[in-house]
Amino acid sequence: MTRKNNYLYTLMAVAALAVVVAWAQTGLFGLLSPWDAYTVRIMNLCAINIGLGLALNLVNGFTGQFSLGHAGFMAIGAYTVALLAMSPAVKQMNFFMVPLIAPFDKIQISFWAGILWGGLLSAFFGFLIGAPVLRLRGDYLAIATLGFAEIIRVVIINVKGLTNGALGLKGIPVYTNLWWTTAYAGLTVLLMVRLIKSSYGRALKAIREDEIAAQAMGIDVFYHKMLAFVLAAFIAGVGGGLQASLIGSIDPAMYKLPLTFQILLMVVLGGMGSITGTVIAATIVTALMEILRFVESPLTLGAIHLPGIPGMRMVVFSLLLIVVTLFYSHGLMGDKEFSWDLLFSRRTKQGVTQ
Amino acid sequence: MTATEFLQHLANGVSLGSLYALIAIGYTMVYGIIRLVNFAHGDLLMVAAYIAFYGILLFSLPWPLAFIVAVVLTTLIGVTIERVAYRPLRDAPRITVLISAIGVSFLLENLGLVVFGGRSKAFYVPPFFAAINHIGETAVPNLVWFIPLVTVALLLILMHLLYRTRIGMAMRAVARDLDTARLMAIDVDQVISFTFMVGSSLAAIGGLMWGLKFPQINPLMGAMPGLKCFIAAVVGGIGNIGGAVVGGFVLGVGEILLVAFFPELAGYRDAFAFILLILTLLIRPTGLLGERVAEKV
Repeated sequence: MTRKNNYLYTLMAVAALAVVVAWAQTGLFGLLSPWDAYTVRIMNLCAINIGLGLALNLVNGFTGQFSLGHAGFMAIGAYTVALLAMSPAVKQMNFFMVPLIAPFDKIQISFWAGILWGGLLSAFFGFLIGAPVLRLRGDYLAIATLGFAEIIRVVIINVKGLTNGALGLKGIPVYTNLWWTTAYAGLTVLLMVRLIKSSYGRALKAIREDEIAAQAMGIDVFYHKMLAFVLAAFIAGVGGGLQASLIGSIDPAMYKLPLTFQILLMVVLGGMGSITGTVIAATIVTALMEILRFVESPLTLGAIHLPGIPGMRMVVFSLLLIVVTLFYSHGLMGDKEFSWDLLFSRRTKQGVTQ
Repeated sequence: MTATEFLQHLANGVSLGSLYALIAIGYTMVYGIIRLVNFAHGDLLMVAAYIAFYGILLFSLPWPLAFIVAVVLTTLIGVTIERVAYRPLRDAPRITVLISAIGVSFLLENLGLVVFGGRSKAFYVPPFFAAINHIGETAVPNLVWFIPLVTVALLLILMHLLYRTRIGMAMRAVARDLDTARLMAIDVDQVISFTFMVGSSLAAIGGLMWGLKFPQINPLMGAMPGLKCFIAAVVGGIGNIGGAVVGGFVLGVGEILLVAFFPELAGYRDAFAFILLILTLLIRPTGLLGERVAEKV
């Protein structure tokens, strides 16, 4: 198996994906999209969740720093995109309680610039937050990042002139489509693969395994932690922005701990420290979120009528998280990765070990 | 602000603070012994409140009996959680146990939503607690002085338990060094179970008093107090019972006085606790009463 072949396979896979995306989004050569708007929406959510999951995995899985602040960064990205991409007229309709402060009430910039600003602002906050909290370890870090996410949310509720407070923002222009989301997921995967294979990635893993030993080997522990944290904040901010533009309305209550929990479930289920695992798990969890809707809707089997149980899905997901941590703590992939060699190797039955 | 108003706020702060302290003790005991942030601790508040609520509503129990049943059942649930979700992970990395704890917390909250419904329910407040009492010019309901009284009483019992009984000695030994304690023929699993029992019953009592103080109960009512009380435990110095009490008072009184003196900041009330946490972790990571412990390499 040569290196050249692998590049070829990757290119072919990307091309195939592009064809599928084009087909699903706009139809191809007169063929209409085989999927309805609902399915396409779920595909969008899958792609966004892949990016969000990878960002959390970068910090929690690869660097071993347990962060619970994901929702906060998503909120920053979402609000930035909403404020920059909405038209002044829509803004005026939203801010009927407290008028939007200048200059935001007048400006409207293009979506991609808004997304970029969302990511950058989120990364900036990641930097501000990371500077104090990344000194902490383990569960203290978890609580501190959770605290910061909560502070961000409380601030969003209270700065009514900028965020419209608890009312949230409605009528965010829907720019997000499969092109945006797959590009987001794809670029995140690419970035992660390149990062993890570089010296930075090895440094991050060294910090995960043993911080003190890593420091003794001359790794600048704080710098690398910060790098991972800020990068994750950027990706989360962009993902939050895309999600806001997909859903069309946001409010502070969306960005509570359950959102982080959902992403964390994907990371843990896929395996902390596996890009492939997160991609698979994000797809599975997002799809399950929809498939499991049937347990919440009323069911009639012949003469038996079962009432639907609203909220049952989250019970299933909580149980899933507990069961995975208890019996299957490596997740689907552990820290293994997909590779073409693994796929085509004749030795797969014996297992390829590195 | 007049002196009367100030006293009124102070009474409220002390009452809320002692409630925080009571719940924080449970956190600090569990953390002290197995180094786990028991995320599910806060949700036990909710469980206790709902058991009491349904005990009164469905089984027409008199309220003291309903409260006792609630404490007993919640304690059982707390011990079961430890047995099922934490014990199998005793040798796993701490983060794995933390994830399991987060899972349990979400399971309780979502089961609560499914079983009890998302709508808030009115908690029964016995007339005795709601009765207003005048001390000089300040008017306070009986509950406001009753809560600190209960906290102090439970604290005394707990101190006796920890420092005057065999099981208390075993708990302190396990908290100091789990492996050595095991070598000294202490049944570590049993001690940890007992710790969860004590912690969960304190959480249950805290939950009932929370219900009396804020008589609107809903399945997510435990999440915020849970986090705040963990913060109280950290601020006071985690693993230290006295520290949990001090932290609880600092947080409770601080929160109330913040709102009293700066009403325009009332919206930021929930952020106050987290800012306090982050300041504590940065300036004095071991908390107000914590000892400086060298990191083991």
